[in-house]
Amino acid sequence: MEELTWTGSMGAILVPLITLTAAVFLTGVVVQLVMGAFAPEVKLQSNPDGTLQGRGGLLGRLENYTGWLFMLLVALIVAFIVIAWFMPYGDAGILGEVSKRFLPTWIALIITFVLSITFKRRLGLYGKLFDSTIGMIGFGLVMFWVFTSIFVGLFDMIGTHDPLQQISGLKNKTPGVVVPEGQDEGFFPHYLLGGDNLARDIFTRMVHGSVIVMVIAPLATIFAFMVGITLGLPAGYYGGRLDTVLSFLANLILAFPVILLFYLLVTPEIVATGLPNFLAAFLFVFPLVFFGVLINSRYKNQAGKNGLLLALVLAPLAVLYFSTISDAGSPLYIWPEALDLFDIPGGILVVFVSVVFVNSPTVFRIVRGLALDIKTRDYVAAAQTRGEGPWYIMLWEILPNARGPLIVDFCLRIGYTTILLGTLGFFGLGLPPESPDWGSTINEGRKLLLIFAHPALPPAIALLSLVLGLNLLADGLREESLKD
Amino acid sequence: MGLFILRRLGVMILTALCLTFIVFWLTNLYPNLEKLAKTQGNFRMSDEQVQTYLGNRGYTQSLPVKYGQWLGVLPGYVIEGTDGETRARCEANGAPTEDTATFCGILQGEWGQSTVFKDDVSEIVSTRLGLTGKLMFWVMMVMVPGALIIGVLAGMREGSRTDRSLSTVSIVSTATPEYVSGVILIAVFATPLFGMQYFKGTATSAMDDATFNNFFLPVITIALYGMGYIARMTRASMTEVMTAQYIRTARLKGVSFPNIVIKHALRNALIAPFTVIMLQFPWLLNGVVIVETLFNYKGFGWTLVQAASNNDIELLLGVSVVSVFVVLVTQLISDIGYVFLNPRIRIS
Amino acid sequence: MKDTTYDGPILEIDKLSISFFTRLREIPAVMDFSASIMPGEALGIVGESGCGKSTVALGVMQDLGVNGRIVGGSIKFKGQDLNTMTTEELRDIRGSQIAMIYQEPMASLNPAMRIGKQLMEVPMIHEGVSEKEAYERALEVVTDVKLPDPKRMLNSFPHQLSGGQQQRIVIAMALMSKPSLLILDEPTTALDVTVEAAVVELVKDLGKKYGTSMLFISHNLGLVLETCDRICVMYSGEAVERGSIEDVFDEMQHPYTQALFRSIPLPGADKNARPLVAIPGNFPLPHERPQGCNFGPRCDYFEDGLCNEAKPIPMYPVTGNERHETRCLKFQEIDWNAPIDVGPQTEKPEPGRVVLKMDNLKKYYEVAASALFGGGNKKVVKANETLSFEAREAETLAIVGESGCGKSTFAKVLMGLETATDGQILLDNQNIEGTPIEARDTKTVSDVQMVFQNPFDTLNPSMTVGRQIIRALEIFKIGKTDEDRRQRMLELLDLVKLPRAFADRMPRQLSGGQKQRVGIARAFAGDARIVVADEPVSALDVSVQAAVTDLLMEIQREQKTTLLFISHDLSIVRYLSDRVMVMYLGHVVELGTTEQVFAPPYHPYTEALLSAVPIADTSVKKKHIVLDGDIPSAMNPPSGCPFQTRCRWKDKAGKEKCETEVPPVRVLAEGHQVKCHLPDAELANMEPVIEIPATAAE
Repeated sequence: MEELTWTGSMGAILVPLITLTAAVFLTGVVVQLVMGAFAPEVKLQSNPDGTLQGRGGLLGRLENYTGWLFMLLVALIVAFIVIAWFMPYGDAGILGEVSKRFLPTWIALIITFVLSITFKRRLGLYGKLFDSTIGMIGFGLVMFWVFTSIFVGLFDMIGTHDPLQQISGLKNKTPGVVVPEGQDEGFFPHYLLGGDNLARDIFTRMVHGSVIVMVIAPLATIFAFMVGITLGLPAGYYGGRLDTVLSFLANLILAFPVILLFYLLVTPEIVATGLPNFLAAFLFVFPLVFFGVLINSRYKNQAGKNGLLLALVLAPLAVLYFSTISDAGSPLYIWPEALDLFDIPGGILVVFVSVVFVNSPTVFRIVRGLALDIKTRDYVAAAQTRGEGPWYIMLWEILPNARGPLIVDFCLRIGYTTILLGTLGFFGLGLPPESPDWGSTINEGRKLLLIFAHPALPPAIALLSLVLGLNLLADGLREESLKD
Repeated sequence: MGLFILRRLGVMILTALCLTFIVFWLTNLYPNLEKLAKTQGNFRMSDEQVQTYLGNRGYTQSLPVKYGQWLGVLPGYVIEGTDGETRARCEANGAPTEDTATFCGILQGEWGQSTVFKDDVSEIVSTRLGLTGKLMFWVMMVMVPGALIIGVLAGMREGSRTDRSLSTVSIVSTATPEYVSGVILIAVFATPLFGMQYFKGTATSAMDDATFNNFFLPVITIALYGMGYIARMTRASMTEVMTAQYIRTARLKGVSFPNIVIKHALRNALIAPFTVIMLQFPWLLNGVVIVETLFNYKGFGWTLVQAASNNDIELLLGVSVVSVFVVLVTQLISDIGYVFLNPRIRIS
Repeated sequence: MKDTTYDGPILEIDKLSISFFTRLREIPAVMDFSASIMPGEALGIVGESGCGKSTVALGVMQDLGVNGRIVGGSIKFKGQDLNTMTTEELRDIRGSQIAMIYQEPMASLNPAMRIGKQLMEVPMIHEGVSEKEAYERALEVVTDVKLPDPKRMLNSFPHQLSGGQQQRIVIAMALMSKPSLLILDEPTTALDVTVEAAVVELVKDLGKKYGTSMLFISHNLGLVLETCDRICVMYSGEAVERGSIEDVFDEMQHPYTQALFRSIPLPGADKNARPLVAIPGNFPLPHERPQGCNFGPRCDYFEDGLCNEAKPIPMYPVTGNERHETRCLKFQEIDWNAPIDVGPQTEKPEPGRVVLKMDNLKKYYEVAASALFGGGNKKVVKANETLSFEAREAETLAIVGESGCGKSTFAKVLMGLETATDGQILLDNQNIEGTPIEARDTKTVSDVQMVFQNPFDTLNPSMTVGRQIIRALEIFKIGKTDEDRRQRMLELLDLVKLPRAFADRMPRQLSGGQKQRVGIARAFAGDARIVVADEPVSALDVSVQAAVTDLLMEIQREQKTTLLFISHDLSIVRYLSDRVMVMYLGHVVELGTTEQVFAPPYHPYTEALLSAVPIADTSVKKKHIVLDGDIPSAMNPPSGCPFQTRCRWKDKAGKEKCETEVPPVRVLAEGHQVKCHLPDAELANMEPVIEIPATAAE
């Protein structure tokens, strides 16, 4: 076995082409930026035959050319990815092999896109997303990691080795290094992206890291939204003293430097006091309250239906709730072991709790602002004049009409939560040191960064692409929801 | 106006008290104290020994009392210990003398001793803060004008190519946290990996003598993350203003496009970003901690990490007080600035 | 730059077509529109919302936004084609030769710039005059628009001025460089009626003084009658009829114009002899326009095969009248003087027993003097002051007043959203003034219901129409099962004449009038006995207004509902109400039957209000009473009589008295009371404001 080069045999043609296109494209964009800033206003006029007059002159042509260049660039990159699938092992180089490893993800992505674009007119806001290039790129990036984490987490597919397996001799080795014969019981002859300072496969660790991020970040964001919504709606709707107190508390948390908070909360000493469990007990009760009130306010007048629905929703939630917060070792050991469905390690729980804790006040502020705005609408007044209860108005009249900005913020916030998780990992807080999550691996890698730069880069780029995807997705959603 | 500032100040002091109390409480939780006793005394202390060690040094008093003493509104303890020694808080646990002050807390300027650096906390904090101030100054110099220019250029013609390109740039930069951009920038510009080794990957030398070579990477790393955010705010604010009726009025009055942007739009558009810049400080602190750790620049953020990871309670408290204070002052400035920039509120 | 020798038409629009382009399709907004304005002439463009009238104005200004394009025709200003001008040439003309005023005065002024600077900018750009000279000019023009204390005005920020003052500033800005053409796009829609009257008067005077031609865009036929020489009626992107005011108003030659006039209440007409006739159907969406005549599907004279033939219909000149044209294929066949086909007349039931009684109701609010810097000093706002009246079963009581008169507060107190400060409200002899809505029993809540003003806001956008009505039924505990309630909901849709299929639609799929009908259905879900209708039709287009008004009256007849009709529009009040209550700054200034209130003796405020309402009838003679200034703020009401600051009769009643004493309630006739100091003799000598010639009343 030979060491792999970056691009293998197809690199010889495609790499110079891609580099050239990218360079020309970027120059074009910059020139266009400079010219655009000084360009005159476009005059709106149609040609005599009814067609539209485009922007003429050099700038207009430039805009067209950069558009085509962008298309070309995308096509070349796609070609690079696709051609690799059909090449024998080793010929496609490291990048080609990486592309091959992601084959299940690519297939899932293609299916998703083809289906979505075919039916986009029937899919509401989600469908409209496919009208915006930015939104599509963002959605693609996000779904890439979603699918990857599914294939890795549930089917153990994409990774090449075991994320914890150390193979001697491969410590800090550069990408494409050959795995020595007999050292590995596995099937894969290379460390695609090299080895880290404990001689583990960086590529495998990176794809395994996505599972952790994909589980914690959306879940934590959902909880933050539950807390923020449950407190923000009454603050905005009632106003007055309740609002003053809650807003003060929210500002208190917001004024707290996040890092300091993490350092104070996420230490083994604090975990030992059981504080995270109490905090969890407090924060995780919000979904129960939320759904309880949601159902009760709607079906209050129909006692039978109300009771049934409440029981159906709240009972499983309560079991989950107690399973989460009750833990054999912690001071909050209140739930019989027989009913305890799972235990969450203290480290993970505290990370989860702190992330929810830090995110909730911002959600609170957004929801409060939206509630303040929407409560002045006539349909809210109409609900009041027919004697609806305040919670019905908040949850059924106000909340559904605040969903647009909330969905956009939800996407942004998952990205932000991912960043926070990374920050925690970067400071070695909470998650166990051998955890393959991106923050921790960046932290591992940065210690020897000046000597061996390659271990830190893959998780950094992975995190960047996911957060970027979420941001682009949010931007696309915002733009599309404002249109029409 | 005066009344407004006074009320804001009141709220600010209340916030500061609450926050410092929380920090105080968290750092004085028993497991932390136990760890302190063991690191300061000896690692093989029994539980009772820890108790007496802490009791002799005033740590077992009730929390509000301890907080009051630390703040300097309650007289510092003088405890006759079980080991026969008398210790006074105001003599750094030495024996009290005639001149021993009654109060010695934050308010009196007694910030305590750092157990890691073996130095006065106030001393450490002020030096480190100076270093971080230098870093922040340059960050601001790069970030604010850059962000405002990008935002205004992008926002003045919504939907144009200029807008699209600049918006994408700012989205990319907000999506790149400091620990990612820092790692990438170091890998690209400070290692031989890509053949572009132009800058130094550590900023330790910049503490005494900051040069372009050793200071550029840390500054740009912090600036990039905040820049995208402020630029997006500015753009949003600018596009909103540009679609306002009064801009149409100006256009239909015959005002030229550059004049519309400069005379009519800019002032209205900058109100929102101003507050955003000010409210960025808590996040900038985040970036400072990461970047100082990554580039080994021993400033305020680096001190925070040292204090927190070594259970240096007094230093951690000092650092918290300063950071909470900085955050609150910037919030105050942002509030007042908002009122000043906005005639609708100023003159009413 | 200004060409003084030119004497052709100031503006000549020829076959103009404007389209907006969206992702999916091209949406034509204006098609084949022609018009010309001679020097000093004022042309009014009238039409309902979405007919393209504002697009024409923006097209003239060449300011159509990113998606709008002129796809055909020409716009010539003093002989030069605006379409082919460069950006620089256009900029020279904008503001100096063509100026524009539009709807929201507050939004049209830069909030962060002093007014003086915004005014001075105009001559400084176009004529390059010095700052000092520009200031002099600004001072002069601000004086011309009759603003008090011009120097202080110039030094203020826009938010320090009231709505009426802001609009005067906008007008002043437009006149700064004495333009040849002034475009006014609904300039008074956001203002109160009495303020509107003053602004319209001002525009007319200044137009004459400066010799400016005007393009006046409005949905209000009465306003156009008062301001313009010529009129152009638009429907769905096309001009359907144009001519001089007299020709079009008196000898209309297009079915749409006729339908429009028949759907607005005129003071000269009796409601039984000439009921309102709503235009059937809905305004077509721009991309769903029919073949042939756009008005065809809603037209009484529609002829299959002719009117829906797929070929464009040109404008036909009307013989006998100069410059009078119509876009109707059948205008020569139609008998324009045929009487209206009046449907079966239903007698209105006599008002029954008293169901609602207000006695000395007072509502005061405490507010912080300044929201931001607020502290100790609180101010008391007297939103309602000693309100007393009775309302009977099956009676319509109109509550008339402008902004800040306290009518909305009164509604809130009645509904139980607020509790009264003093006095009592008796519903079936039970006190409810102190019971907030949460404490009221279901019966009381469902008895007193409300119809809201803004149709776009009255329905929850994320719930189906049926679901919203069913929810009201659920909360009123009507129907035992879901099936019962669904059945009842469908019946309610029948009641408001909406197809049952609407039950599953989302509100955004409904037009404004349809939404308002759903709002009415919802209010009547619990068989309401008292319905407060807060300006239920003011946000609707005129053709829809009539239909919704008729629906309300019909339901009232059937269910014997007591209707409290809040409105500022005296024409419609006169049309449908039995009794009228006029409010000003929280006080009831006049109360009586409709005949009593609309005939002298008036309260001075009622008199001014009557005079301010524009009437779309050339035969009606109206006295012009223009009130000075704006409505005082309820936070800071004048001493003595609330109306004394603007009253023109103050001298005759004894100035002293008006300024210090709140007038007592005086009963002038059975059931007619006013709150005024004027001596009986003066009241008796008042002349009617509106004179209707005998011929019109027939």
